[in-house]
Amino acid sequence: MSAGSRRLLRALPLTPALVLLLLFLAGPIAYCAYIAFTDLQLTGQAHASFVGFANFRTAFHDDAFLNAVWLTLVFTVLSSLLGQNTLGLALAALMRRASKPVRTLTGGIVITAWVLPEVVAGFLLYAFFRREGTLNAILDFLRLPSQNWLFTLPVLAVSFANVWRGTAFSMLVYSAALDEIPDEIEESAEVDGAGGWRRMWHITLPMIRRSIGTNLMLNTLQTLSVFGLIWVMTRGGPGDRSQTLPLFMYEQAFQNSMIGYGTAVALLLLLVGSLFSVVYMRLLRTEV
Amino acid sequence: MAAEEVVPVRPTAVSILALALVTTAATASLTSCGSGSGSSPDTVRVSFKQSMDNSVKVTDNYLAGVKKQFEKEYPGKKVELVPIKASDADYYTKLQQMLRSPRTAPDLVYEDTFLINSDITSGYLKPLDSYLAKWKDWDQFVGTAKTAARGEDGKTYGVPDGTDTRGLWFDKRVFRKAGLPLDWQPKNWDDVLAAARTIKNKVPGVTPLNVYTGKPAGETAAMQGFEMLLYGTGDGTSDPLYDKASKKWIAGSQGFKDALSFVETVYKDKLGPDVSDALDPNYRTTVWGELMPEGKLGINLDGSWLPQTWLQGSGRAWADWSKDLGLAYMPTQHGQAPGKVSMSGGWTWAIPAKAGNPGLAFDFVKTMQTKANAEKWYIANSGIAVRKDVADDPSYVNAQPGIKFFTDLVASTHYRPAYPAYPKVSTAIQDAMEGVTTGDASVDKAASQYDTTLKDVTDNQVTTK
Repeated sequence: MSAGSRRLLRALPLTPALVLLLLFLAGPIAYCAYIAFTDLQLTGQAHASFVGFANFRTAFHDDAFLNAVWLTLVFTVLSSLLGQNTLGLALAALMRRASKPVRTLTGGIVITAWVLPEVVAGFLLYAFFRREGTLNAILDFLRLPSQNWLFTLPVLAVSFANVWRGTAFSMLVYSAALDEIPDEIEESAEVDGAGGWRRMWHITLPMIRRSIGTNLMLNTLQTLSVFGLIWVMTRGGPGDRSQTLPLFMYEQAFQNSMIGYGTAVALLLLLVGSLFSVVYMRLLRTEV
Repeated sequence: MAAEEVVPVRPTAVSILALALVTTAATASLTSCGSGSGSSPDTVRVSFKQSMDNSVKVTDNYLAGVKKQFEKEYPGKKVELVPIKASDADYYTKLQQMLRSPRTAPDLVYEDTFLINSDITSGYLKPLDSYLAKWKDWDQFVGTAKTAARGEDGKTYGVPDGTDTRGLWFDKRVFRKAGLPLDWQPKNWDDVLAAARTIKNKVPGVTPLNVYTGKPAGETAAMQGFEMLLYGTGDGTSDPLYDKASKKWIAGSQGFKDALSFVETVYKDKLGPDVSDALDPNYRTTVWGELMPEGKLGINLDGSWLPQTWLQGSGRAWADWSKDLGLAYMPTQHGQAPGKVSMSGGWTWAIPAKAGNPGLAFDFVKTMQTKANAEKWYIANSGIAVRKDVADDPSYVNAQPGIKFFTDLVASTHYRPAYPAYPKVSTAIQDAMEGVTTGDASVDKAASQYDTTLKDVTDNQVTTK
C-alpha cells in the first residue's frame, strides 16, 4: 500500500464527521454569506437579486446601525469585561479563603443564575427593574428616589442583567485556574513580605494569564450575541437606546423583512467578534 | 462518534464509506420528515393567529366549531388547526417563513390585509378567481371588501371575514367625575385634547387619553394612532400617505407634522399614558384587560373589535361595558368635511401558492363563510359585516351595542395604501411617533427623518404635495 493511499485510508474515519460538519455548519454559513450580498426580502418582492456590497454600504451610512455598534461595545465592555470577568475573578479569589459552607452557598446561588434559561432570567430581571419592580420597592423602603430603570438607564439595566446571569461562568473558570497555582509559590511570596494586592498582581494574575485570555474571549463572544435577555427586558427600547447589534439585526431581518440586510449585519457582528478575538490572542501570546 | 467506534476493529475502506453514507442518509431523512401540508390529501391544515391573551379563545372556539361542521359535511376529510401564538409582527414573520417552503406551507392561512399585497408580490399566495367564480355567495360581499385582497394584477387572493372601523371610546364613569357630557362628540382635535385636559385636572389616577405609539405597538400605533389623525388633516378626502395618481408616497406634508404634533402634545403634556407604559409591547392587553374595565382610562382611540375581549366566557367578561363606555367619532383636525375619520383593515382567508390541498382549503372557506357562520363570526369577533345579507339582518345589527355605530362608519372609512412598501412605511411612521413620544426628536426632526426613510424604503417613489 502506497503512503498516499494509506493517508487517505487514515482520513476515512473522519468522513462522517466531516460530512456532517459541511452539511450543517459550513452549509448554512455559506448560504448566509451568500444572502448577505443579495436584496432578499421576506415579503414584498418577486425576485431577489445580487447587489454586491450594497447592504454593507447601507449599514455604514445607517445611524441606527452605528448606534447599535456603539451600544454593543458599551454593553460588552460593561457587562463582559468589567462585570462578569472582574466579578468572577473576585468571587473565585474570595471563595478560596472562605469556609466550606459559605463557599457552597455562594457557589450554588451564583450558578443558579447561570443555569436558568435565558428567557426566565430575562423575565426575573424585568420584574426586578420595572417600575413596580423589586429594586424600586427596596429603594422606596430605604427612602431613596426610585425610577423606571428600564426606561431611564436601559443599557445599564441589561448590562447588569448579563452580569447577574453570566458571572458564574467566569467564576468557575477562575476557580479552576486558581487551584492550579502551587501553594509553595504563594507561600514563598508571603514569606518575602508581599501583601495581598501585590501577590495578586505579581503572582496570581501572571500565572492565570492563559485562563484570563480564554475566559475573556468566551465571555466576549457570548455577550456579543446576547439577544433573548435584552429582547425580553426592553425589546431594544425605549426608542433604540438598548438596541445592540443582535436586536438590530433581528429588527431588520424579520420585522422589516429585509433578510439580506439583516444577514449582512450578522456578518458584521461576526467581524466585531473576530476583532475582539484577535486582540485577546495577541494579549495571550506575549510573554509565553 | 461513529468514527471513534469503528477505529479499533480496523475496518475496510468500503465498510467505513458505507457507514458514512448511511449516517448522511439517515440525517438527511431526519431533516426532511417535518410533515408538510402535502402529506395527506384528506387533511386541510389551517394556520391562524391565536390571541396573546390566554383567556381570549374567540378564534379558537369558532374554528373548532367550523372544523366539526366541516368534518361532518365532508366525511373522511380532516381539519388540522395550526395556531400561531404571537404578536402581530411575529405572526407575520413566522407565516412568511412557513409560506416559503411547500414542506411547511399550510393549506389555508389567515392574512392581514395590511400585508397581503406584500405576500402577493412575493408569490406566496394563490389567486382564488377560479374558485370564486363558482361560488355564488361571493356576490353577497360588498364591493370594497372584495378589493381588500386584490393584487396589483387584478386577481383576488383572499376572502375577507369582516372588516373593522375605528373611533373614540370614552368612559362615562370618568366623564361623570370630570363633569364632561355623557353624549360627548368632539368636533375637532382641540375638543379631544380639551376633554383630556379636563380629565387630567379633575380625575387623578386616570389616564386621560390613549393614543397608541411607537415601535413596540407595531402597526397598531401606525393605524389606530397616527393614521386616524393623519387622514383627518388636509381636505379630509384624498389619501395623505400615498398619491394614487402618480403611484408615489407623499413626503413633507404639513398634515404629517400636525399629526406628529398631536402625538407629541399627548405625551409631553402627560395627557397620555406614562411613556414607558405606552412603549411596553404588551400595553394593548393592559388597555383592554385592565385599564378600560377598571375605569382607569378616560378616552381611548381604538378599534371596533374591543368588545370581543369582554364577551361572556372570554375570561375577562364585562357585562356592563355598554353602560360604562360611550362612543364618539374621531373628528377631523379642524372639523372640516366629512367631519369624522375612520380607518379600516381586516383579515382574509388566503391559500398559499405552495399549499398541498388548495381545493379542500377553499371548501373549508365556503363552510366558514355560509351566512350563518359568517354572522356568528362577526358577532363573536366584534367584526363589522362585509356580507350584505348579514349587514341587513336585524339579529346582527342588534346583537351587540356599538355594532350600528361602527357599521355606519364604513361609509366614510379609509383603507390603507397596503402596497408592498407599506409595512416599511408603517415602521417609519412608528419610528417618527416614538421619537416625539419619548422626546428624543422634535416634530420637525422626526418628520424629516421619516421623509429620508420613506425615500429609502420606497426606492425613491416619493412626491411632495
